Amino acid sequence: MKTSILALTLLAATTGSPALLAADAENGRTLYRGYCAQCHGLEGDGFGVNAPDMEVAPKDHTETAEMQARSDADLFKAIKQGGKAVDKSVLMPNWDANMSDDEIRDLVAYLRVLSNTGAK
Amino acid sequence: MIIFNKSISLSLLAGTLMFGLAPAYVAAAEAQFVLNNCASCHVLTQTEKDTLQSYMSRKGPDLYYAGNKYREAWMVKWLQNPQRIRPGGMFFGNHTEVTDEGDVIKEGSLPDPVHVKLSKEDAQDSAAYLMTLTAKSDLLAEENYTPKKISKRMGAMNFSKFKGCSSCHRDRPDYGGVSGPELYTAAERLQENFMTSYIRNPQVWESKSLMPNRHLPDKEVSKLVDYLKLLEEK
Ligand code: HEC
Ligand code: HEC
Repeated sequence: MKTSILALTLLAATTGSPALLAADAENGRTLYRGYCAQCHGLEGDGFGVNAPDMEVAPKDHTETAEMQARSDADLFKAIKQGGKAVDKSVLMPNWDANMSDDEIRDLVAYLRVLSNTGAK
Repeated sequence: MIIFNKSISLSLLAGTLMFGLAPAYVAAAEAQFVLNNCASCHVLTQTEKDTLQSYMSRKGPDLYYAGNKYREAWMVKWLQNPQRIRPGGMFFGNHTEVTDEGDVIKEGSLPDPVHVKLSKEDAQDSAAYLMTLTAKSDLLAEENYTPKKISKRMGAMNFSKFKGCSSCHRDRPDYGGVSGPELYTAAERLQENFMTSYIRNPQVWESKSLMPNRHLPDKEVSKLVDYLKLLEEK
């Protein structure tokens, strides 16, 4: 837990992204455990408790190279509006009714920690 | 802290009952039985707003709108012979173990026995009292579900592929996700208008519900309930 805060601080310091500076990756971690881990796994590797019977595999959020290819705006859109909005599977739900934009930004910050990628 | 708040809400409720605001046909004794035996795990009067943290640590589902949610006959039956409804428990994360084969629900981590078992009389009395808890009636008033015929095949495809419900819910005992309540018993347990209302907008019932709002038009909401009803008729 401490390391992720540290990682985020380092990250924010190096990239200087205003959006990420404001975002709270620790809160993102809590949100991830509540809403995302059921499919993406408690450790973000894509093997959540629901994954075995799903027809499209939940994304592995620890994949640095692939997560690097996505901008913060892409991730934000995928979370808020669901997979369909970014030409991915409808099995990735839209979370607009579950959380505020600020909370989604916290999640994006946490995804950057999980995947060890910088803000984009 | 939680216990302290509970006891306040209990005495408040007891207070209302004594002043005769509760429906006359429910004997105070029945209300008292439920308060004494059920309030440690179930919210019977809403006092505080949920936070994600409080939602994830709930000990049982909210019952303060039970009268607008459940079918009384089912409650009477289930309370005498409770069977597990949520394969991952109240919050899957509290029962999940990370293994080399992926995350699994930890063997033996769910409550055993599943639930307190009541005698026939206590089950009837408790269910009768719970049916008087009718917060959120206005939400049901907005619903007017009319059943339509649906093929099981199309229904199943809609439930899994198109709407993605099966990622979290099971429509049969051996297939689907485990983080949400099983739904092959939903129509037996739940009122029709509750089902349409909850699918339409889960957060108006439970502000921190983990279920997404898929913004479905009326027709699509009804189609899902048609399918859940078909499962009951098996
Ligand atoms: C019901 C299961 C489920 C839940 C819950 C879920 N996801 Fe997903 N998610 C998926 C699936 C399936 C995919 C893969 C979609 C694809 O590859 O077409 C995915 C993909 C993604 C992607 C990648 C999109 C891309 O550009 O490839 C992100 C980011 C993501 N999820 C974030 C989240 C976050 C954050 C949460 C929690 C708020 C969450 N997901 C909850 C199933 C889920
Ligand atoms: C130790 C905690 C606990 C106590 C005490 C308790 N319950 Fe429950 N109750 C639960 C849990 C947990 C569930 C969900 C079971 C499941 O999903 O399999 C539940 C489910 C229910 C349900 C079904 C509703 C639903 O949506 O799952 C009813 C009705 C119910 N309880 C009534 C009662 C009554 C009446 C009493 C008192 C006589 C009582 N409970 C006492 C924990 C408790």
